[in-house]
Amino acid sequence: MAEKIIYATYDDDHVLLEGAKKLVAKGVHVSDVYSPFPVHGIDPVIGVQHTRLGICAFLYGLTGATLAMIGIRYFMIADWPMNIGGKPSFSFLENLPAFIPVIFEFTVFCTAHGMALTYLLRNKTLPGLPARNPYPSTTDDKFVMELKASENSKFSVDELQSMLKETGIVEFEVREI
Amino acid sequence: MIKEAAIREPLILGNKTYHDITEDVCRPIESKAPRAWYVLITITGIISLWGIGCILYLLGTGIGVWGLNKTVNWAWDITNFVWWVGIGHAGTLISAVLLLFRQRWRMAINRSAEAMTIFAVIMAATFPGIHMGRIWVSYWVMPIPNQFGSLWVNFNSPLLWDVFAISTYFSVSLVFWYIGLIPDFATIRDRMTKPLQKKIYSILSFGWTGNAKAWNRFEIVSLVLAGLATPLVFSVHSIVSTDFATSVIPGWHTTIFPPYFVSGAVFSGFAMVLTLLLVMRKVMHLENYVTVKHVEYMNIVIIVTGSIVGVAYLTELFVSWYSGVEYESYAFINRFSGPYAWAYWSMMTCNVISPQLFWIKKLRTNLTFTFIMSIVVNIGMWFERFVIIVTSLHRDYVPSSWTMFYPTFVDIGIFIGTIGIFFTLFLLFARFFPVLALNEVKSILKISGEAYKKSDNHHH
Repeated sequence: MAEKIIYATYDDDHVLLEGAKKLVAKGVHVSDVYSPFPVHGIDPVIGVQHTRLGICAFLYGLTGATLAMIGIRYFMIADWPMNIGGKPSFSFLENLPAFIPVIFEFTVFCTAHGMALTYLLRNKTLPGLPARNPYPSTTDDKFVMELKASENSKFSVDELQSMLKETGIVEFEVREI
Repeated sequence: MIKEAAIREPLILGNKTYHDITEDVCRPIESKAPRAWYVLITITGIISLWGIGCILYLLGTGIGVWGLNKTVNWAWDITNFVWWVGIGHAGTLISAVLLLFRQRWRMAINRSAEAMTIFAVIMAATFPGIHMGRIWVSYWVMPIPNQFGSLWVNFNSPLLWDVFAISTYFSVSLVFWYIGLIPDFATIRDRMTKPLQKKIYSILSFGWTGNAKAWNRFEIVSLVLAGLATPLVFSVHSIVSTDFATSVIPGWHTTIFPPYFVSGAVFSGFAMVLTLLLVMRKVMHLENYVTVKHVEYMNIVIIVTGSIVGVAYLTELFVSWYSGVEYESYAFINRFSGPYAWAYWSMMTCNVISPQLFWIKKLRTNLTFTFIMSIVVNIGMWFERFVIIVTSLHRDYVPSSWTMFYPTFVDIGIFIGTIGIFFTLFLLFARFFPVLALNEVKSILKISGEAYKKSDNHHH
């Protein structure tokens, strides 16, 4: 079945935010918003969950720190303990202060790169992927609200259009996919 | 909506709209480059080629072509390394530390400062790389299984910490910079009319859509990367300073080195950002975004860090006397009165005395004066590293081996060459990349734009 998607364009982030609040209060489901910069406060209104990337970052960091400690313990204590200036490497804990810099750097390395990769994959942003924003102007100065007819079966497309018009849109388009 | 105090000076001047910001930043990319750009890149290109030639000669012949001798076994190579790493500190400081402190003035300068950081770190990494002589075995610095039995790199050594610090710093800065660039590449992609360029920017923009969830993730990634980069930026130069501080050479064996190096790094990095931005804002007509207020803020950072550096110099001097260790005292007496006294006093003048002139508001808001000062500071910071390294080494414990360091044409060629490569990379960046963080500047337009601030005042 063909899906009808409604694109309502605004030229101001604040107008879009207020419009979204009114529409949602009437029971309209806004499926997404495209904007040239983050519109603060839109996520709770249209029901976008807060990202869990922060938790991922913590887990990557934990992995990095653990790997660095296991590695250094193996290289410096287990496999080939060095005696440097009469200060032999007896145990991991006794030598830990000298190992902190590398453990720290490796933790940061794993956290940053792990998180960046997860971010790119989750956003589906990778080299060569096509752009999926509805209009080129959404990366310039336009703010577009996306509504799906199937998610708003309570309302007809005309009803949605008149409700959107009240919120101060500058353009309106229905696409069938 | 967030409002900024009315007495704060606006950060975006003129009556700008979101579209104007896109236009102002994309115009230089879409139109033909000015003749000055071609002239400059030809000059820097020739200098780069000379530098690369010197590097190839060095690699082909051996590091004996440098002016090093058995007393002064570290000289310009490490001086240049520390100088470039130091310069490479401003970008991440501006984008990470100022992001955590919610300083909005960073938004006009962070993109170019980060680019500068990345190019400076590449230049820095060149020096330890070529100093190995046999650069083709440089992977030996990594802890990888090898044919020599249980031979591992030494994790107790600051030189190895450096390997990890510099590579982490470089790669994390690059990722941080690129993640910020993706939405702006998308802006260029969506405007570009020429097919080949559109294709290239389309690949560079990774198919960015700018939907609500993507921006939600973007903000948290920026925040976490900033949180990570903040301790990272302090760790890198602290670790560089331990290359010296953990040795037993009088003049190097100093516990204040880490904070002293970090503030020196920020000091020189901001100076380099000013050198580049003062030219860029003029040539690319970005005066409304990189305002005199921005320059003034950066000059204030220069006074603060310059003063910390000054206090560190004097502390070193005092402690060398107070310690009662005659080798330590002599290292410092030799610095300010020995054969390299000219280098010491150049350093003192450039780094301690001259930044104090910025206390005068007229001077720190004067762009020509700031430009000259930004170069003076970087000359001073180069001398600082030269003084620390060469004057501590050239008169060692045995007077019969006392000597001087004379750079050869290879020393000079490689140093000048890295400056050439650095400016070439920056010129390419300024030509093809969005030099302002479009999405971030747009997000502060209503809060800190001149026209918006004026109309707000009317209402009250």
